[in-house]
Amino acid sequence: MSRISLRDVRHSYVKDPQGDEDWALKTMSVDWSDGGAYALLGPSGCGKTTLLNIISGLLTPTAGRVWFDDEDVTDTPPDQRNIAQVFQFPVVYDTMTVYDNLAFPLRNRGVAAPDIDAKVREIAAMLDLGDMLPSRAAGLTADGKQKISLGRGLVRPDVNVIMFDEPLTVIDPHLKWLLRSKLKELHQQLGTTMIYVTHDQTEALTFADQVVVMHEGTVVQIGTPVELFERPQHTFVGHFIGSPGMNVLPCRIDGGKPHFGGQAIPIEHALAHRDGDERLEIGVRPEFVKFDKEGIPVDIVKVSDVGRFSIVETRHGEHVIKLLLPEDEALPSEDARIHFDPAHTQVYADGWMVN
Amino acid sequence: MRRITWLAPTLYILFLMLPIYWLLNMSFKTTNEILGTFTLWPQDFTLGNYVKIFTDPTWYTGYFNSLSYVIINTVISVTVALPAAYAFSRFRFLGDKHLFFWLLTNRMAPPAVFALPFFQLYSAVNLFDTHIAVALAHCLFNIPLAVWILEGFMSGVPKELDETAYVDGYPFWRFFVKIFMPTIAAGIGVAAFFCFMFSWVELLLAKTLTSVAAKPIAATMTRTASTAGYELGLLAAAGTLTIIPGAFVIYFVRNYIAKGFALGRV
Amino acid sequence: MNAKTSNQKGWLFVLPVVILVAFNALIPLMTVVNYSVQETFGDNIFFWEGVKWYEDVLQSERFHASLIRQLFFTSVILLIEVPLGVAIALAMPRRGIWVSVCLVLMALPLLIPWNVVGAMWNIFALPDIGLLGRIINGMGFDYNFTQQPFAAWFTTILMDVWHWTSLVVLLAYAGLRSIPDAYYQAAKIDGASPWAVFRYIQLPKMKRVLTIAILLRFMDSFMIYTEPFVLTGGGPGNATTFLSIDLVKIALGQFDLGPAAAMSLIYFLIVLLVCWVFYTLMMRSEQS
Repeated sequence: MSRISLRDVRHSYVKDPQGDEDWALKTMSVDWSDGGAYALLGPSGCGKTTLLNIISGLLTPTAGRVWFDDEDVTDTPPDQRNIAQVFQFPVVYDTMTVYDNLAFPLRNRGVAAPDIDAKVREIAAMLDLGDMLPSRAAGLTADGKQKISLGRGLVRPDVNVIMFDEPLTVIDPHLKWLLRSKLKELHQQLGTTMIYVTHDQTEALTFADQVVVMHEGTVVQIGTPVELFERPQHTFVGHFIGSPGMNVLPCRIDGGKPHFGGQAIPIEHALAHRDGDERLEIGVRPEFVKFDKEGIPVDIVKVSDVGRFSIVETRHGEHVIKLLLPEDEALPSEDARIHFDPAHTQVYADGWMVN
Repeated sequence: MRRITWLAPTLYILFLMLPIYWLLNMSFKTTNEILGTFTLWPQDFTLGNYVKIFTDPTWYTGYFNSLSYVIINTVISVTVALPAAYAFSRFRFLGDKHLFFWLLTNRMAPPAVFALPFFQLYSAVNLFDTHIAVALAHCLFNIPLAVWILEGFMSGVPKELDETAYVDGYPFWRFFVKIFMPTIAAGIGVAAFFCFMFSWVELLLAKTLTSVAAKPIAATMTRTASTAGYELGLLAAAGTLTIIPGAFVIYFVRNYIAKGFALGRV
Repeated sequence: MNAKTSNQKGWLFVLPVVILVAFNALIPLMTVVNYSVQETFGDNIFFWEGVKWYEDVLQSERFHASLIRQLFFTSVILLIEVPLGVAIALAMPRRGIWVSVCLVLMALPLLIPWNVVGAMWNIFALPDIGLLGRIINGMGFDYNFTQQPFAAWFTTILMDVWHWTSLVVLLAYAGLRSIPDAYYQAAKIDGASPWAVFRYIQLPKMKRVLTIAILLRFMDSFMIYTEPFVLTGGGPGNATTFLSIDLVKIALGQFDLGPAAAMSLIYFLIVLLVCWVFYTLMMRSEQS
């Protein structure tokens, strides 16, 4: 186990990177503490697999260093970093039995046979694979094969971190939940650092203690699921997490306060505003928008009933604002006005939170 | 280790190039020189053989004819083989295993056996001496080959990939063309090239089914074995030129063949 | 490994293939079978002879001799071309300009019409005017393929290896390229040696493609005609008279359509049997 640090790491797949677009990973420094359950969340192409492969050693970053505890491992190959990785598609050695699959990493490292046997059986029991040990690995279902992939990482006693690259992609939906619970259980049992890459926010938010959200090669926020939800530090986090996503509305600053729709919007946290030509926006989640007697006048456009609440789409001028209406509350019949909860209203300059 | 692995393909290519160099050598000589002396480079360098081919219509139309039916055949073969291979790979249906093996058996039949019956068959349907006749006739052995190769590659793609795409709401044809085909790109490249190649070099059926209008280059080349003996220089030049279209084809599909299995995000 | 779903719609997918192939296959096949059980003295007059031709062929010494020669030839070819092709495919570059160079150059021998292949090797191997002939004789060997059976065999085999190994290379290379990177990455993490990678990842994943290569080379070398015929004419004597060559001699030379057709069918059945056995073995090992 160890603490992983990335210092000023950036990566380009192109030989001579010119502009911003050539960098798959923009300069970043991230720390992963020992024993944490992390999710690396972001849309396709945001650089999360690149980041994962830099940590595991399958990729050497164009610039920057990677540290495992006090050791600089940037140039160390994967098999010497004591990491394990589970890929998107199950990777098993088809011609071997489940037992031999699990024993393979240990045999390659010259571990004694009785030790191998004990370890394999231990891990197989943990993953509920005990009965399948003598079967040919090729005959298992997708989730069984992913467990084998995982098992090959767990058998090694010296594993620092286990990385998952969208491992549930090919699993049947009803088995996804089972496997996810198993992963969480394993994390609690073993305490190994786990980094889980996904584009699915449900997977990320349920598995991880800390979520690293990525967008276009940059880490936009690291925080607990609650933090990401309540205080998104970037408009992207607001869009990506939660359904429906955060409302983002243009605003201007006047007298130290944000203004939208002709009114001053009260906010709780102090505004660290820099003068400049940035794009200024207000962000507030639909959960924190309420109908009120005073506030911004809006026209109600659409109401979608989703059970315990309704998603109400309103319009102010050309801007759409969504809010959630609990089922016991009624829609205002006329002259609707909305109010943003000051504790959960953020101001963004060029996408980044400034309060 | 890297340095040494370079040696094998290099030696192999040198081995392949030696007779080809010899072929080229012969193509610039007169038949007399070829048979009379041993020279590494033509003593009497002559372009006469090539000139003959480029100026004599019976020669160069032979190339166009061959090219026509081969391209038609390759397109037909690969196009119909794709859905069939998919069915063999993904579905279980009545008689599927037997049907698959029956297809393979058609590749096992020596063309000589089919020469006369084909002549009768294609004359009966009024397709004698047409490009389409040869293109269709070559389907006999090329379609099974294409199905066979494509099925092999398709079976290497996890079935889960199909299902993941379906869940995302793609209609079948769009999934097949945009997602599935790129994953078996190597198989398509190889299948297309082999169909081209086997049709291109097939001599007997192509000769049997044509006389003038669609006469292939291979048939014209056998004319070089005339009463005066083998016109070796001419044959060598014709042989050299025959390589060129195929070289273009493999160049064209090289990226498909060398493309790794990207397993891209669905 | 990949569970198939039962779907009779599969027939729709294979229908175009079935139509095109059956059109070409069934009618001519019926004609051949017809010939094989009849006797003719020309003038399109046929006499029913039943299985006489089959018996004649199967008992003839000449047939046995050709068959043995053919089996030996095919075995040698397979033993050389398949491992060689795989080895080269493994050693070939994966990325960059050299990939194109390799692929194009390796494909060239495959594209030459077979009669030209025979003719060029004929000259190439001649002891006095051919490069190969000169080189071998220059090294001290007494080499003349038109007169020595061993030399004729050597040249024929060398020509076939030169001509067809690239087919194995291309298939094996395409098969190798289709292996997802994740397998190699996982093997790296597991600490696998290059030999282990070959044995547990590359070879199993190439099994299907290798089956195709082996069966194709078997079929084509078993039925080989043009190249050896142009190269040696079946000689010296009948040292390199393989099955096809013998068959054509009988059919055209003696106009014995009956025995020729019977021989064709026996020939076809041998190929069919071997392929079927090999194919079934391969498929069965995948199912287990």
